[in-house]
Amino acid sequence: MDPVLSVRDLVVEIPTRHGVLRPVDGVSYDLAPGEILGVVGESGAGKSMTGNAVIGLLDRPAHIASGEILLHGRRIDNLPLKEMRKIRGKEIGMVFQDPLTSLNPLLPVGEQLSETIQTHLKVSAQEARDRALAALEEVGIPAAAERMGSFPHEFSGGMRQRVVIALALCAEPSLVIADEPTTALDVSVQAQIIALLKRLCHDHGTAVILVTHDMGVIAEAADRVAVMYAGQLAEIGPVREVMTTPRHPYTDGLIGSMPAHSAGHDRLRQIPGAMPRLNALPPGCAFAPRCPYAQDKCRAAPHPDLNAGAACWFPMEAAS
Amino acid sequence: MSFVDIRHLTRVFDVSKPWLNRVIERLPKARLTAVSDVSLQIEERSVYALVGESGSGKSTIGKMLVGLLPPSDGQIEVDGVDLATETDAETRDRMRAEIQMIFQDPYASLNPRWKVRDIIAEPVAARGSETRGLAERLLEQVGLSALDADKFPHQFSGGQRQRICVARALASEPKLIVCDEPTSALDVSVQAQVLNLMSDLKDEFGLTYLFISHDLTVVRHMADRIGVLYLGQLVEEADSDTLFEDPKHPYTQMLLAAAPKLDSFGREEEPPTGEIPDPINPPPGCVFNPRCPLATDLCRVERPDMRQAGGTRVACHMVPPG
Amino acid sequence: MTDQTTPLPDNTPAPGRLALFWQSDFMYQFRRSPVAMISFIVVAILVLGAVFAPLIAPYDPFDPATLNLMNGFTAPMEPNAFTGDTFWLGTDDQGRDVFSTILYGMRISLFVGFAAVLLAMIIGILAGLTAAYLGGWYETVIMRIADVQLTFPAILVAMLIFGIAKGITPIEYRDQMAIWVLIIAIGLSDWVQFARVVRGATLVEKNREYVQAARLIGRGKWFIMLRHILPNILSPVLVIATISLALAIIAEATLSFLGVGAPPTQPSLGTLIRIGQGFLFSGEWWILLFPAATLLALALSVNLLGDWLRDALNPKLR
Repeated sequence: MDPVLSVRDLVVEIPTRHGVLRPVDGVSYDLAPGEILGVVGESGAGKSMTGNAVIGLLDRPAHIASGEILLHGRRIDNLPLKEMRKIRGKEIGMVFQDPLTSLNPLLPVGEQLSETIQTHLKVSAQEARDRALAALEEVGIPAAAERMGSFPHEFSGGMRQRVVIALALCAEPSLVIADEPTTALDVSVQAQIIALLKRLCHDHGTAVILVTHDMGVIAEAADRVAVMYAGQLAEIGPVREVMTTPRHPYTDGLIGSMPAHSAGHDRLRQIPGAMPRLNALPPGCAFAPRCPYAQDKCRAAPHPDLNAGAACWFPMEAAS
Repeated sequence: MSFVDIRHLTRVFDVSKPWLNRVIERLPKARLTAVSDVSLQIEERSVYALVGESGSGKSTIGKMLVGLLPPSDGQIEVDGVDLATETDAETRDRMRAEIQMIFQDPYASLNPRWKVRDIIAEPVAARGSETRGLAERLLEQVGLSALDADKFPHQFSGGQRQRICVARALASEPKLIVCDEPTSALDVSVQAQVLNLMSDLKDEFGLTYLFISHDLTVVRHMADRIGVLYLGQLVEEADSDTLFEDPKHPYTQMLLAAAPKLDSFGREEEPPTGEIPDPINPPPGCVFNPRCPLATDLCRVERPDMRQAGGTRVACHMVPPG
Repeated sequence: MTDQTTPLPDNTPAPGRLALFWQSDFMYQFRRSPVAMISFIVVAILVLGAVFAPLIAPYDPFDPATLNLMNGFTAPMEPNAFTGDTFWLGTDDQGRDVFSTILYGMRISLFVGFAAVLLAMIIGILAGLTAAYLGGWYETVIMRIADVQLTFPAILVAMLIFGIAKGITPIEYRDQMAIWVLIIAIGLSDWVQFARVVRGATLVEKNREYVQAARLIGRGKWFIMLRHILPNILSPVLVIATISLALAIIAEATLSFLGVGAPPTQPSLGTLIRIGQGFLFSGEWWILLFPAATLLALALSVNLLGDWLRDALNPKLR
């Protein structure tokens, strides 16, 4: 099947007076229809920036320096602003961490939904209203017909995020970018939102890029996972494989440093140091200074390309 | 007697609008009971964790324990001293040094205009004691360099800042440290460093921690005993292993089931229903009853008392005592 | 616990404070803004001119011994018909060199401006800081007073205070006291801006965790307000102070122009404009124009500098 989205060697650059920073450096992946790709990494790893680049929402002076983004085989990274705006919402839906950023505080949610539907689909006003109601019901808003007239602030955090998901999916896009959609929510509500996102995307055949820092959320929701480190893909692969037998030492360290439900009071495994700042990247592999297996080759330029799913000169054996 | 003894602790916040608005809009005074009748004990040199979601009152308990907020009702005794009623200035001073706190946000908890040396030494300097070399020694103790004392906070990463916070908390040689979500603002790989550091220091200095967190995995790793809070009430308390292996309260069970786990690939479990009710108008009876699968008429009317069930204290009508 | 920190690359020798300041983002933005640089240069020239007036001014306009009434109404750059003396910017009716009077007048204007802003700043910071930190009815009272004062134009408040002060000073001290009365009048009319900005910033800072940390250590409220919070709210205060300086200079000029400010024995720019105004239609335009142009240049460049400072110190606009 043709991929919904192809990202090819994407490079995002931010010119500063101390030099050019590369928050995203040569990222490539494909996304199949209906697939949920989890993008995980620490803050500053470039995971949100990748998503923003896809929907053309980079804040100046950040810009795509090279690479291609193809939606259904059509390049969208060089589209004029007006065309891009049409694609946003119609073909790519968005869910952000703070639901209030995606909702107009002065408009009842029912109106926002039907307006979005009418903007992107050729339907009558009545049809749009019916669809909006159906969308609210689908995301599990209780008494949806009455809540159509409610304003965003009248919903709880979890309910608001449901409305945002309805809004993201109402024009039936083929791709949804969800950037930390559950980070602001409580554990019990987070589980509901993940389950909802999974069910809806499965039902509608929508592909999802799920950006999060939470490995647990990835394990639960994603089909494939891309691990990012200092702007680069460290590892990409099916979620079960990556999480049970990681091949990149960073992924391994990341999973190992999480306190697990079953573990006792032993010391946690820790990765020494912190992710380098973008203006102080080491030559060679960005992870080399923290890597327990780093060798001279890793410290020398240039950094390794993806090698059997892991950007590592010496990927860990599946057995270890 | 226990090192920390909290009895019937209650904290009510007045969240009313200004009186003029109340008069015009004919609104009643609004009160939020952030903490309601919580009793618990913490043993010396142990780690007691409070877990709960937003609005559970866990941070409010921490703030009352360190003296940042006065309780509305109930007592807190640390080492036999109740800070809220203690009148002897010397004892109060000693207790202030003995109880320290580590905050959630390492970016907001260090004064950006102060040098690291002055930040770390402040708890000691505030009491007029000698501080020479103190910051340097503590910096090395938390895994930083003594040369860092002359830097400003913005020159450090999040994890390093949290180490500085730990150093400051240690400066006055405390016995009890309240840790309010100390790692939730940090990345996973850095979180492990800070948690390990805290465990090491606890053994080295014989510290007692009250560890406040919403992250069950972190709590399980750190705590000896765990209290689960829901809407300001303690609903269950047990030793760490007991709580995770045999959760008694339906809320604890729900919380454990809902938390994403590293091995829950493609979990198709039914997620919990409902959301946390408005704490200004909590439901009558047991606060969990609207979401509880076991709720009976009794639960909707009467708030359950804490009862002993094995090694667990639990506030649920449906758990048989014994 | 030895391996856990990534040392920041630190092998270069530490540059001096001045070099650090020059390389800072702040100076970088300054060097990239022509408006800021030109404004700064204009302000610097004017302030230096005022400070060193006794050294620069060719004449001492307040020394009657050097004045020659015959030099009255000399046009700029033209030799006087009787004495043959030439004055760059001409002379006024009493033969005083306009250039020199401007330099000396600017001394008064700038002194009143700076002192008034300093006074407003001290009152405003104290009021705003304590109102926000202590809260309760005290805050309500302070901020209501501020609101009420804000409903009157500042110049009206200044005139009111000036009038009262004049009424209670003995007549023989009036001219001596006039400058100080001006400072108090303008300072008291301008503290509200500072109080509001400081209160807003303090409300944000006081809930930050470093303040809580200081509280739980047992630090007193004055220590927390002055040592912890104050250093962190100085950026907006600096912006307001700069913009207030321009306003204070104009306020002083307005009061002096209306005849209620600096006395003719110690003329400020406003007094000079008032004097010059009388000669505008009789052809001696320079007596009005040059002091007015100086006031405009001073107020405008200070204001532009303040605007730039606001943008440069606001992280959101970066």
